[in-house]
Amino acid sequence: MTTGTGVIRSDTATQVVRSRSLAALTLRNLFRQRNAIIGMILLLLLVLIAIFAPVLAPFDPIINFIGEEGVVDRQAPCIHLLGCPVTQTEHIMGLDGNFRDEFSRLIYGTRISLYIGFTTIGIAVIVGAFIGAVSGYLGGWADNIIMRFMDVILAFPSFLLAIFIITILGRGLQNALLAIAVVNVPVFARLVRASVLSLKEQEFVSATRALGASHLRLLFVRILPNALPTLIVQATLSIASAILEAAALSFLGLGAQEPTPEWGTMLGRERNQVFTAPHLVFFPGIAIMITVLSFNLLGDGLRDAMDPRLGQTSKA
Amino acid sequence: MSQYIIRRILLAIPVVLGIMVVTFIIARVIPGDPCRSALAEHATEAACAAFAERFGLDKPILVQLGIYMGDVFTGDFGNSIRFRIPVSQLLIERLPVTLELGTAAMIIAVLIGVPAGVISAVRRNSSVDVATMIGANVGVSMPVYWLGLMLAFVFAILLKDTPFWLPPSGRLTAGVLPTPFYQAWGLHLVSGTLLYTIFDFISNFALFNAIITFQWKVLGDAIVHLILPAVALSTIPLSIIARITRSSMLDVLGREYVRAARAKGVLESKVILKHALRNALLPVVTVIGLQTGTLFAGAVLTESIFGFSGVGRALFDAITGRDYYVIQAFTIVIAIGYVFINAVVDISYAFIDPRIKLR
Repeated sequence: MTTGTGVIRSDTATQVVRSRSLAALTLRNLFRQRNAIIGMILLLLLVLIAIFAPVLAPFDPIINFIGEEGVVDRQAPCIHLLGCPVTQTEHIMGLDGNFRDEFSRLIYGTRISLYIGFTTIGIAVIVGAFIGAVSGYLGGWADNIIMRFMDVILAFPSFLLAIFIITILGRGLQNALLAIAVVNVPVFARLVRASVLSLKEQEFVSATRALGASHLRLLFVRILPNALPTLIVQATLSIASAILEAAALSFLGLGAQEPTPEWGTMLGRERNQVFTAPHLVFFPGIAIMITVLSFNLLGDGLRDAMDPRLGQTSKA
Repeated sequence: MSQYIIRRILLAIPVVLGIMVVTFIIARVIPGDPCRSALAEHATEAACAAFAERFGLDKPILVQLGIYMGDVFTGDFGNSIRFRIPVSQLLIERLPVTLELGTAAMIIAVLIGVPAGVISAVRRNSSVDVATMIGANVGVSMPVYWLGLMLAFVFAILLKDTPFWLPPSGRLTAGVLPTPFYQAWGLHLVSGTLLYTIFDFISNFALFNAIITFQWKVLGDAIVHLILPAVALSTIPLSIIARITRSSMLDVLGREYVRAARAKGVLESKVILKHALRNALLPVVTVIGLQTGTLFAGAVLTESIFGFSGVGRALFDAITGRDYYVIQAFTIVIAIGYVFINAVVDISYAFIDPRIKLR
C-alpha cells in the first residue's frame, strides 16, 4: 500500500511539474509568435477601451444632438484638426441616423462585443464540457444517445439554427446570446468527450480509482483539468466566431435592439444609407473585424504554442 | 468501390429522416400564430378556423407529421402560407439562385485559395506568404455583410462612370428578360408535368440558361450582377482554404518522398504539383466540403444585401413570418445538401488517396 501511495505521489508530482512546464512552455512559445503578440496587444487595447469607455467616449452613446445648431442627421465626420469649423461640435466619426455620436457608440460597443464573446462561449464551455465529460466517462448507451443528439445539432448550419432558436425565444440580445451558446455546446461536448475517452484509460486515472476516489473526483479533479489546453484553444477561436455571429444576428434585427450601441445593430440600421453616409457602415464593420481578428490571432497562436511538434517545425 | 458509395448513401438516410422530424418539430415550436401572420387584420376566429383546416393545422401533431412525411416523399411540400403558392414552386424559383451564387463563390474560393496556399507554402516567410496569411486572417474575421456593403459602395458609387462599375443589387437589370431554354428551342411543354417542372428548374439557372441558348447579353448582365455577391460570399471559405492548403503543403513538403523526388532531379514544378499537392489535398477537400455547408448560412446575409431572391433570403423571411411549410422544406433541402456534400467528400477521399482502404 505504501508503495502504491508512493507511486501515485510521484506520479502526481511529475504531473504537476509537467503541467507547469507545459504552461511555461506555452507562454514562452506564445511570445515568440508575431501573430499571437499582435492578437494579444489588440485584445488588451479592446479590454482597456471597454473598461475605460466612459472616460474615452466624448459623449453619452444614447444622447442625441437634435436641435443643436447646424446639426444634420448622418452628419459626416467633423474633426477640427482636419479643417472642420471650430464653431461646430467635434464628432470624429460623424452622427448616426438618430443624431447620436458614432464614435462614442463605437467605444461603448466594445463592452457589448466582449461581453457577448465571453458569456456565450463561457456558457457553451461549461455546459458542453459537462455533457462531454459525463458522456465520455459513462460510455455505453448513455454516451451514444447524448452524442447522437449533439450530432443532430451539428447537422444544421449553426447560423440558421441560431435564427431558429431566436424565433422561438423572441428577439433581443439575451436570447441571441443563448442561441449562440446553444449552437456552440456540441463543439465543446465533442472535444471534452474525446479527451475524456483517451484520458480515462491512462494509468494515473486507474491509480486514483484504485485508491477509492469517487467518480466525481476522478472526472472533475483528475481527468478534466488535463483536457483544459485544447478547451482553451477552441474557446478562444469560438469567441471570435460567436462575436461575428452575434453581430450578424443583430444586423438582421434579431439580436441587440435599439438604442443599445451594438456594432451589428448599428450597421444593420444604416445599411441602406451606405451610398449616402458610408461612414456609418464603415466604422462598425472595422470594429467588428478588429475584435474578431484579435481572438483569431490569439487562438491560432495558442494552438501553435501548445503543440510542441508545430513549435519545432516553425523553427526549422 | 460502388459498394462503398451505396453504403455511404444508405448511411445518410437516417440522418435525413431525423432532420425531417426535427425540422417539423422546430417549425411547430416557433411561437406565434401563422393565421394571424398570414391574414393580418382579416384574422377573425372563423377565418382562422377555416385556415387551420385548409392547412391541416387542426389535426393532432403526430397525424400532421405522418401526413407531412408522406407528402414530402411524393414531392409535395405543401403550400406557402404567405406566398400562397406551392412550396415546391418556390423551391424551383429560389434554389437555382442560391446554387448559382454558392457555386460561383466556391469557384472563386478554390481558384484563388488553393494556389495562394501553395505559393505561400513554397515561398515560406516571403513577402507573398506574409501578405497571403494577413489577408487570410483578415478574411475570416470580416463580417460578410459589411464586406458586401463596402464592395457595393466602392464599385457602384466610387467607380461610377468607369469601366469597373458593377451593379449593387439584383440578379439582372430591369428589362433584361431571359428566354427559358425550352421556349428558345421551341419545345412545347404542358405546365404542371414533371418534365416541365424539371426544365423550369434548370432554366432558372440564369447563367446556364443563357449559355445554352446563346443569349450573350443576358449572360453578360447576369455575370456582372453575380460578381459582387459571389466575391463577398467567397471571402471566408477562400481564407480558410488558403490557410489549410498552406499548412497541409508545409507538412507534405517536409516529407522524405518529396526530398527523394528532388534528389532524383525531378522538376521542381512537378515535385510541387504532382508529388506534394496531390498528397496535401485531403484536408483541403474536407474543408471545401465543410465550407460549402456554411455557404448556405452566408447566403442568408449576402442575398439580403444584394437583393437576390434565393433560398437563404426565403428561409429567413419564412422563419420570421412563421411560414411553416417553407421553413420545413427549405431546411430539409439545405440539410440534404449538407449531408450529400459530406458523402461526396467522403467518397472523393478514395479517389484522391488510394491508400485509404474503403471499409
